[in-house]
Amino acid sequence: MKLIIAVIQPTKLPDVKKALLDAEVHKMTVTNVIGAGQQAGYTESYRGNIFEVNLLKKVRLEIAVNEEFVEPTINAVIKGARTGSIGDGKIFVLDLPQCIRIRTGEQGTEAIG
Amino acid sequence: MNKFTKSRVMLLIVCAHVPLFAANNSSINLIDTLWILVAAFLVFFMNAGFAFVEAGFCRAKNATNILGKNFSVFAIAILAFWALGYGIMFGEGTGIIGMNSFFVGESAHNPASNLPVFAFFFFQAAFAAAGCSIISGAVAERIKFGAFLLFGTFMVAIIYPLGGHWVWGGGWLSRLGFHDFAGSTVVHSVGGWAALAGVMLLGARIGKYNSDGGVKAIVGHSIPLATLGGFILWLGWFGFNPGSQLALDHNVPRIALTTGLASCAGIISAMTTARLLSGKPDLSMIINGCLAGLVAITAPCAVVSPPGSIIIGVIAGILVVFAVLFFDKLKIDDPVGALAVHLVNGVWGTIAVGLFAVPGYTGDMAGLFYGGGLRQLGIQIIGVAGVGIPAFLLALAFWFLLKSTIGLRVGREEEIGGLDIGEMGMEAYNGFQIFTTEN
Repeated sequence: MKLIIAVIQPTKLPDVKKALLDAEVHKMTVTNVIGAGQQAGYTESYRGNIFEVNLLKKVRLEIAVNEEFVEPTINAVIKGARTGSIGDGKIFVLDLPQCIRIRTGEQGTEAIG
Repeated sequence: MNKFTKSRVMLLIVCAHVPLFAANNSSINLIDTLWILVAAFLVFFMNAGFAFVEAGFCRAKNATNILGKNFSVFAIAILAFWALGYGIMFGEGTGIIGMNSFFVGESAHNPASNLPVFAFFFFQAAFAAAGCSIISGAVAERIKFGAFLLFGTFMVAIIYPLGGHWVWGGGWLSRLGFHDFAGSTVVHSVGGWAALAGVMLLGARIGKYNSDGGVKAIVGHSIPLATLGGFILWLGWFGFNPGSQLALDHNVPRIALTTGLASCAGIISAMTTARLLSGKPDLSMIINGCLAGLVAITAPCAVVSPPGSIIIGVIAGILVVFAVLFFDKLKIDDPVGALAVHLVNGVWGTIAVGLFAVPGYTGDMAGLFYGGGLRQLGIQIIGVAGVGIPAFLLALAFWFLLKSTIGLRVGREEEIGGLDIGEMGMEAYNGFQIFTTEN
């Protein structure tokens, strides 16, 4: 079991969601986050003052998958989120020791599926 | 002498003692002038109503953009109406177009002899601005800021005053006997037609339709803001309709009453219709039902009885709910329901004059249900088409010109990320974390 964490551009969320659904990955948790990567930030103006925003808005997806879904999930996220410019984001893959479905008490791969 | 006339006379006596008010034109009535200015201020504030209704019904990522549109288009509207619009609308000319009184000054043609020309102008200019605000909601969340402002200029300088001249400026429809008291056709349906043309050329927002063509609800981000906007518009309408009498006479309270009754009836019937269709009394439909009733009573408010106004409002409230669903089905994506409110009910209210007009209130015109036969109804239908078709075609031509030059629509990434950053460079809710994409 793996936990896949992807940090992507907020504007790419619809595309990533679509790609994940196409790869039959339906379960995900999505949060708004801010963070900094290689991307340089952007400017806003307020009452005539230009200021730089350094921590950028990103969307973070957490997807717990069984082994056979790891590659398809990674590929789907890349397919949906990649534009080729700086700021497309990162994917982290973590080992997941356990998973329990609260409603039934199922554990492990059963609980994820 | 009844109580009303007595107090009016007393006010006149008070005013007559103030030398500041010694008008050089003796026919000018200062009480009427005061009332029209107050009414104009109320209509002016309807801009805030439009801004909040539209912002509330749009997503948070587009709020700055839509508020910015509403704020600036009012400025453009007043300037354009002063320079060009007023002359086309109220200047002396042919039955088609007015040809003097541009760049309004002391000598501008003034159809209301009881009012100073600048009071009349200010009231009419506030009306002209309302037409642009109607468009703003329908094209929201995807139109380029500059394209909208350019269209707004054309709207107030040309499209709105042309129809206005025909109906209120002594043009061909007024000679025919067409009756649109406060602008169901002149203001609301013209705004609606122009918006319809724009929406057709713009296309639907990303995410409005599923891949199988099913309609997806794109929910507004602030129902409290939309509700406040609805209340402000509701209040403003009591300047819009009763002010259109252009004097403070015995008709004004009845016009306020019919305006109030129709809006209340619209609320109840829209709420009931929504409840029957979806099981819940949808607040967005309650607000739109109020506006629908107000738009519908705008043309007939001076010539219908209180019960008549309730029937008009009930039908408006039902129409607005079905019209919202109808436009969604046609893939005409109108984020705030402006077409259902202003276009559909502008047409309905204009036709309602031909059905419910009671002879004796302000004229001898009689509707179908009051023994007038089909005559007035026919004239009203001619007016709906006679103003609507040219307005729609002119708007379509100008939207098309904009589309093929500067472009109408923002890019895909910008639309998904929000027009606040893309167009305005400023967020509406700095410091809040908001999903800028559909979740």
